[in-house]
Amino acid sequence: MKHFSQFRFWAIGLASVWLTLFVFMPNLLVVITSFLTRDVMATASLPINSDSYLRTLDPLYLQVLWDSLCMSLETMLVCLIIGYPFAMCIAQLPKKWQPIILFLVILPFWTNSLVRTYALQFLLGNQGVINNILVGLNIVAEPLQLLYTKFAVIVGLSYICMPFMVLPLYSAIEKLDVRLYQAAQDLGAGAWSRFLHITIPLTSPGIIAGCLMVLLPAMGMFYISDLLGGAKNLLLGNVIKTQFLLARDWPFGSALSVMLIVLLGFMLWLYYKAANFVNKQGGINGSDF
Amino acid sequence: MAPTFKGLKLIRLSYLVSILVLLYLPIAVLVINSFNASKYGIHWAGFTWKWYIKLFANESMMQAAGHSLLIAVTSASIATIIGTLAAVALHRYQFKGKAILSSMVFISMLTPEIVLAIALLIIFILVGIQLGFWSLLLGHITFCLPFVIVAVYSRLKGFDMKMLEAARDLGATEGKVFMKIILPLALPAVAAGWLLSFTLSLDDVIVSAFVTGPGYEILPLKVYSMVRVGVSPEVNSISTVLLMVSLVMVIISQLLLREEK
Amino acid sequence: MSEPRPLLTLNNLSKTYGDNIVLNNFNLTVYDGEFFTLLGPSGCGKTTVLRIIAGLEDADVGQIHLTGQEISSLPAEKRPVNTVFQSYALFPHMSVFENVAFGLKMSGVAKDEIKSRVIEALEMVRLSDFLDRKPAQLSGGQQQRVAIARAVVNRPKLLLLDESLSALDYKLRQQMQVELKRLQRKLGITFVYVTHDQEEALSMSDRVLVMHKGIVQQLGTPREIYEQPANLFVARFIGEINQLEGVIVAIDGNHQYEVKVEGMQWALHAEHNFIVGDKVNVLLRPEDLRVEYIDAPHVDQVLVGTIVERNYKGKTLDSIIRLPSGVELITSEFFDEDDPSFDYSLNQSVAVKWVPGWEVVMPYETL
Repeated sequence: MKHFSQFRFWAIGLASVWLTLFVFMPNLLVVITSFLTRDVMATASLPINSDSYLRTLDPLYLQVLWDSLCMSLETMLVCLIIGYPFAMCIAQLPKKWQPIILFLVILPFWTNSLVRTYALQFLLGNQGVINNILVGLNIVAEPLQLLYTKFAVIVGLSYICMPFMVLPLYSAIEKLDVRLYQAAQDLGAGAWSRFLHITIPLTSPGIIAGCLMVLLPAMGMFYISDLLGGAKNLLLGNVIKTQFLLARDWPFGSALSVMLIVLLGFMLWLYYKAANFVNKQGGINGSDF
Repeated sequence: MAPTFKGLKLIRLSYLVSILVLLYLPIAVLVINSFNASKYGIHWAGFTWKWYIKLFANESMMQAAGHSLLIAVTSASIATIIGTLAAVALHRYQFKGKAILSSMVFISMLTPEIVLAIALLIIFILVGIQLGFWSLLLGHITFCLPFVIVAVYSRLKGFDMKMLEAARDLGATEGKVFMKIILPLALPAVAAGWLLSFTLSLDDVIVSAFVTGPGYEILPLKVYSMVRVGVSPEVNSISTVLLMVSLVMVIISQLLLREEK
Repeated sequence: MSEPRPLLTLNNLSKTYGDNIVLNNFNLTVYDGEFFTLLGPSGCGKTTVLRIIAGLEDADVGQIHLTGQEISSLPAEKRPVNTVFQSYALFPHMSVFENVAFGLKMSGVAKDEIKSRVIEALEMVRLSDFLDRKPAQLSGGQQQRVAIARAVVNRPKLLLLDESLSALDYKLRQQMQVELKRLQRKLGITFVYVTHDQEEALSMSDRVLVMHKGIVQQLGTPREIYEQPANLFVARFIGEINQLEGVIVAIDGNHQYEVKVEGMQWALHAEHNFIVGDKVNVLLRPEDLRVEYIDAPHVDQVLVGTIVERNYKGKTLDSIIRLPSGVELITSEFFDEDDPSFDYSLNQSVAVKWVPGWEVVMPYETL
């Protein structure tokens, strides 16, 4: 409508202004800051340079970054390996049970993840539930050192990020056409090759979406490595936090964040490619068989 | 074939149940320990309320809780107002930059919180906003906003557009259409959006850790500084309270969203 | 009857969606108090016209005048026009009373007056016992009547109805057609009705406008549209019609031609001006054709063919007759009360003729 409406003006305007001011502009500033020079007095200043990016190649940081990336990737794999069969199990439940189980999976996401990470200490500690059981059953003589290890960080990240993996996987698996299985079975495909040639390719957008939604937050959740990993097992989030709040090297911290944004962009691109791939394959659905 | 099929079903079911148990086990242990008379929570030494009594007597804790509630209520309310309007705009109107607006919503949902945190910190420092109440409020509204938009938008998608046209045809201005038709019908989703924003705000650590100031302590950050030191009974009780508040809020919001279907 | 007064005029309306031209230089005048119908197949632009009148959409160019006033700059809520939507579009969270009262509330009518007017409107559609029901508790026909009451209670200058009966089943639709027509007479409000159903259009309207691809095909009374279709599209769209190809062989005089059809020469009447050699279509409604047994020698000129299909329809006997040229004619005959056993057998040879002057001869075209 070309007629002016005050309501329409505010409905569009408020959110646009807000997101421009507090999402678009700040992110732009992060990119700009990453090219500035560190300045102890004014946080960042001219001249423009790419030193901050070069510093990530410094062996000292490279090692930290690599380790952090590995931990996040391992978390992603753990979530995928546990989450995929889990999502399949949900999708095979009777229809009326599915939303209830899904709700139980999402519910923890809405609760305080810091508190839940803290709760893991009860399980992983030297005197924790797991060690008590292991010692009690005489499986080990001495309590294992679980807490403050890389293992604990991965357990913590997987625990917190699991819902992000299960939801996209579930919605991809749930959309699968049962007739495809029947057709494949009819053509002599066994259970394993059905899974490999039909389920996996057709749910690949869900897999990528799940990986994206686990990997990126998992790189930033500094409190998980703080609480479970001790001083040695750092995530990218810890490094960024240190650069901003302690070392006061904003350009370097910003450069690290930009790398996260680039990674996000790459994974989104991957996701759209996979989604297109599945849609093109969509022609297979039903009629062509 | 039948027995193996049944066996497969049993394996599936036990896998489902064991993952769900693993998801809730730490929470259960935490809650139980908050009532444990033993200070270090290693062995069960009897039921007690004393950690809760101690918690509510802790003045700085109560002050932080007060701050958190204020921030959560305010930011949830503002995010709900802006988010609901934005959802209506995205649903009803064609305008220049609509694609940009919706992709900003999408991107801000996917961006890792830590990136948003430093981005907000940089702009607050640049503009000269005092770190404390205002910076926390603005930050919390920002990360709650997309959740409200998505919750309300998906409810609006189920609307019959003709119904909104009928209202205009009968003489209602855009504002009246919103107040008399859209809002009453979308109310469950709007309320759910508010509740979810409230819990997000109450539980946030990452953005808060960056944009908080020395003069204004909030609960999640206080808990954060305490848990870094290790297990303590007071943390158990405050954590249990936080968990319970979120659980209740989320369950109500989900019931609201479901009822109308 | 006094001279018809124009209520609504549309001038040179055009509208495109992307590359798709929905309306092309569209003109229309609706007179005060008439039941006007826009008829056409789906996608012909009729609903767009309605939405532009209501203000729910804007035309790219063109003017809309209502009682002489240009209203295209007015938003929908300010136009003295109301719509009955195809899906009824009742507000699910409001009772029947609140639904009907909505428009009056919006225009700030006093509470007491709202009450009396709403009840009056609901009595008119025989729903005054359902004031407190929610739309979901009503049947389709009742919802339809609430939607009508909700619109007419505002006493609009013009009531727009968008395929308003199409969601109802056949019997209810017939009943509502009668009711709508009665209501329109009683209220004296001008109705603009949009439909793709030609039967509905013919039975309710004072005037019908046939549209196709955003262009006016014919405007006239139902009788004119049916009996004097302006072109092949209108002829085909308004009911069944038989189409025979012919050539003008001689001009007999004013609008009288000798036309060669099916190998025979016929003296036919035509509104168009033709010259010798023009190809023409001769159109005949199935009920205008007479079928006769070939037992007595015929005085009149006839077409001879064989029965290939006969369908008993209750009131009528519909047959398909194949002519030697391969053309098939559809005929529809009322049963003759004197001869209850009247029927044909398949492959029977019959003669087909019509009352001279009932044919429509128009320039040759194909669809």
